[in-house]
Amino acid sequence: MQNEVLLQMSHIEKRFPGVLALNGVDFTLRRGEIHALMGENGAGKSTLIKVLTGVYQMDGGQITVEGESISIHSPQDAQNNGISTVYQEITLCPNLTVAENMFIGREDGAWIKHRSYEKRADEILMELGIPARSTQQLGDCSLAIQQMVAIARAVDMKCKVLILDEPTSSLDDKEVNMLFKLMRDLKAQGVGIIFVTHFLEQVYEVSDRITVLRNGELVGEYLTEDLPQVELVAKMIGKDLDELNNLGENEEKEVKQQEVFYEARGLSSSDAMPFDFSIRKGEVNGFTGLLGSGRSESVRAIFGADKVNGGDVRINGKNVKITRPIDAMKNGIGYLAEDRKRDGIIAELSVRENIILALQVMNGLFKPISRSESEAFADEYIKVLNIKTASRETPVGSLSGGNQQKVILARWLLTHPDYLILDEPPRGIDVGTKLEIQKLVLKLAEDGVSVTFISSEVEEMLRTCSRLIVMRDRHIVGELKGADLNQTQVMKTIAGGETKDGEF
Amino acid sequence: MANSKKKFLSGGLGQLTIPVVAIVLLVIFNLIRDPSFFGVGILHNNDGNIVLSGNLITIINGASELAILAMGMTLVTAACGGQDISVGAAAAIAGSVFVKILKSSPQIGGGKVLLAFICACIVAMIFGSFNGTLVAIFKIQPMIATLILYTCGRSIAYWINGGATPTVNSPIITAIGSFIPGIPVPTPVLIVIAMAIVFKLLFKFTSLELFTQSVGINGSAARLNGINSTFIKLLTFIILGVCVAVAGSIGVSRLGLINHETLLLDVEMDTILAVAIGGNNLGGGKFKIGGSIIGAYVIQTLTITLYAMKVSSTDVKAYKAIVIILLVVIGSPVVKQKFGKFMSKFLENRSGKVMKGAA
Amino acid sequence: MKRFKALAMAGVLALSLVLTACGSNTGSGSTGNSGSSGNAGTAASSSGELIKVGVVNNPPSESGYREANVNDMEAVFSEANGYELKTFYSLKNDEQLQAAQGFITEGVDYLLISAAETTGWDEVLTKAQEAGIKVFLFDRMIDVDESLYEAAVVSDMAKEGDTAVQWLLDQKLDVYNVVHIQGAMGSDAQIGRTGALDAQFQSGAMNLVVQQTATWDEAEAKKIVESVINSNEDFNVIYAENDGMAKGAVAALDEAGITHGVNGKVIVMGFDCNSWALRELLAGNWNYDGQCSPFQAQIISDIIQGKRTIDSKIIINEEKGFDAATITQADIDTYGLGE
Repeated sequence: MQNEVLLQMSHIEKRFPGVLALNGVDFTLRRGEIHALMGENGAGKSTLIKVLTGVYQMDGGQITVEGESISIHSPQDAQNNGISTVYQEITLCPNLTVAENMFIGREDGAWIKHRSYEKRADEILMELGIPARSTQQLGDCSLAIQQMVAIARAVDMKCKVLILDEPTSSLDDKEVNMLFKLMRDLKAQGVGIIFVTHFLEQVYEVSDRITVLRNGELVGEYLTEDLPQVELVAKMIGKDLDELNNLGENEEKEVKQQEVFYEARGLSSSDAMPFDFSIRKGEVNGFTGLLGSGRSESVRAIFGADKVNGGDVRINGKNVKITRPIDAMKNGIGYLAEDRKRDGIIAELSVRENIILALQVMNGLFKPISRSESEAFADEYIKVLNIKTASRETPVGSLSGGNQQKVILARWLLTHPDYLILDEPPRGIDVGTKLEIQKLVLKLAEDGVSVTFISSEVEEMLRTCSRLIVMRDRHIVGELKGADLNQTQVMKTIAGGETKDGEF
Repeated sequence: MANSKKKFLSGGLGQLTIPVVAIVLLVIFNLIRDPSFFGVGILHNNDGNIVLSGNLITIINGASELAILAMGMTLVTAACGGQDISVGAAAAIAGSVFVKILKSSPQIGGGKVLLAFICACIVAMIFGSFNGTLVAIFKIQPMIATLILYTCGRSIAYWINGGATPTVNSPIITAIGSFIPGIPVPTPVLIVIAMAIVFKLLFKFTSLELFTQSVGINGSAARLNGINSTFIKLLTFIILGVCVAVAGSIGVSRLGLINHETLLLDVEMDTILAVAIGGNNLGGGKFKIGGSIIGAYVIQTLTITLYAMKVSSTDVKAYKAIVIILLVVIGSPVVKQKFGKFMSKFLENRSGKVMKGAA
Repeated sequence: MKRFKALAMAGVLALSLVLTACGSNTGSGSTGNSGSSGNAGTAASSSGELIKVGVVNNPPSESGYREANVNDMEAVFSEANGYELKTFYSLKNDEQLQAAQGFITEGVDYLLISAAETTGWDEVLTKAQEAGIKVFLFDRMIDVDESLYEAAVVSDMAKEGDTAVQWLLDQKLDVYNVVHIQGAMGSDAQIGRTGALDAQFQSGAMNLVVQQTATWDEAEAKKIVESVINSNEDFNVIYAENDGMAKGAVAALDEAGITHGVNGKVIVMGFDCNSWALRELLAGNWNYDGQCSPFQAQIISDIIQGKRTIDSKIIINEEKGFDAATITQADIDTYGLGE
């Protein structure tokens, strides 16, 4: 059955202003298979999915379903052609019943009487083995059940192709297993499932085939059993394994053996699993791992950005309590958030106001920085960091991404932190800015500032960090330094198989 | 020159374009209708003081409570992205407290008036923090949260003084609500100026403006920069409470009487409109208090104009609604953008033609 | 005023519940005197059987009028006068209906009603009749057959207007230029008090300068008069449909240096007879204040005790008009509402 081609996308092209998001990508889905679509952020996964579901119109290429060429101009078109999507965030209505959610907004569901569609919903739920009743309010069900109800809805709409976009990211292990069981059942019924996830283990647990995208291009399609994890990671990041090996051992970076600045034991937050971590004065280290591996969540826990659940933190050997960002700031920690738009800039305020914000917060409500002083600060950092802005009073939202990033960097530099955490966004910053920021990081370290650096570019991390902490599936799986600090080792650690503590 | 013109047309005044244009249009309209409309007269009032009179004075004087409430409302709007609809009811409570203290003994002296005002302030701040707690801590939509006080506020005001309409007669109260002997400008106008200065100083000597805007524009980023947004939101409601107490006390002093049913009736809607006309985003974020104050005067000018035209006051509301819809629509980003595009095209064409003509 | 009421229902509900509790407590201070009810025994019957009266009214917070009305009821139907009073206050008709039903079940002797709405009372009043309970309406009429109640003691708002306008005509001014400030449009008081004056405008006996509603709002009345003054229009009478608006109008006159009251340029007329308003009259600042009497209790009590016979089912409560020239402190003490 798995050889019968269900969906064929060939030479798909999609352009955005100034960017070629998809460049001649091919994708083939067979009947009764679970096909993982892999790639780092910006690789083109979500663009491809959106083309397939009619959210975006493609600029070139062809889509056929069961051999027939189709055109998809709207999500409705996609549904009519048997293509259904279940998104990461539940898009159902929590205040309606399960049955209502399954039939709402469907042409064939509009005029059915309550009783009869509740009966039908129960039948489908039973058939798929979903532990829910049709009359239950959806909001009362667990997230996993809600996810499954969304799938049931899709299945009942006679879907041939089911797209699951990060379905497991908010589920626990038990719930994931329930979901996988449902996926296997559907597969047995001949549904083709496209599975998008960041969790490598899950890909190997459930998928039959893997397609890897990178920078909007197809890297290749592989049978899961033929592609070891290490190679998958290499293909996603874009380094051939052999080539990586050839880069050879990096010379050991000089680590000044200074006293520890920050030390955490068993630190955990609402989003981060408990972990131990420490950093010395003047040290530059990095957190690496694929997106969703928990690297950002861990550094956010250090800063108190999410709800801190537990752990002992010592700064300069003294016990401190960091539960809110302001606590971290008062202890000399600065944090450039990964999501600049959401967590960084105050878009409508001026460059000047954005630069002084953190310092002003530390000064408090009743000690405002005078206008002239703030202008001087702004001018200084606009010059030092070479921020390209029309004036210091320009709203920061109108600056380019890289310059916005510099404004936030200026904001934290102005607080003269002892420890700076840079969680770099995967996209939106040009190479030039990246280099400038890296140089600055090294200079700060020379001055005794500790820096933790997160980047999706392993090469960058290797250049700047003297120690790399590797994470996978929300756990620290390795710590690399000295001779181990090379691409191959990083890849291997990310991919697993060589887990440090044998946890996996 | 073309450049500066372009800048002006595309909003050289920035946020203040709409309210300023609105008030200029209203003034022109009135001058055409009745050239003497804004004539200011000088006369002796019944207490023998020399005072200013005329529509201009009526407008500026009458808008005082509205202007003061609009200042506080602007802050709440900026921080919380929503409005307090209980200001009228809260002002009735504050006014009732003011009268209650004044009537606690027969003599009314300066110290007692001050005490009464302070008590009104404290009570209004307590109710403000009640609203603020619902919004900031329990994350209830501001309009919904303040609906509670809106509904029961005037009943609470009733409890304070009992029924009827208690009156207070004192030269000090008359001086607050009307004229101070020897000063020809109505006292409420002076109070508005004083409040505006207080706000100016508040923004100069604290970083409230920066924090409020940060919380309103990007709450998540504000939190990650260490701002306690719960506290800031609560604070804006407490500051609005002070404004409510001032407005309520002025309202009571104007007539020396508190009617818990009618004191500043429907003022909440006018206040929100003043904030909107002032070019402030009702969804929170950047704000200009000055815009809201001008907005208050726009509304009052409109009302008095309609009265002068003998429009029935039941119809006044309908006319007001029409004008305000126009202002708010013109001020909306969609129209602004379209107008900006149109003007730049228009200017380009014209300068092109002029150049051709010159050649 | 009414409009706000509608909006305030929910809040006032809580208030009225509290007040009800209070009212019932004070009213039924000597429950059990009247024999048959089970839990008797606490109070001694010193003055024989008390007459049980159930009053369904609007809450005193509604207005100064209502507060005076409620106080009057409680003062007249006191234990000292031989009554046992049960009260219920609400702005909601259905709650009032339930309360009336409750009073019937409890077995009161008389049921006194000032209804929130004019409709919906047939069933309850029929039941009362079947139970032999006599019903009196006060302040407000209800749309039911006359046979269902003993008598209705009400104010005649139109008569209040007539009395006031007649007083004004008696002043024999050379010319009447009237600024007419109306209450909330459509309310009984507004319609009644406007009617008589409108007739004068139509007949040409008086000139209408401005007719505006200030919806009972003092501050709004002040703005309206300011606007008239600013447009330099000549007027010599201010006819405000309640005291508060008259006070607002006077504030505008004071600020503009226009004299008013006895020997003043402008005649000031108000309604409702608040004590403070009558004091303005006594001081000569105003000229006239029309009464809207909240005192129906004594009339009803007289009927119950047989001191008064019912000639007509509808009894118009006699209402006065006070003139600054003749008012006395005694009038203020007797007829003034509030302190």
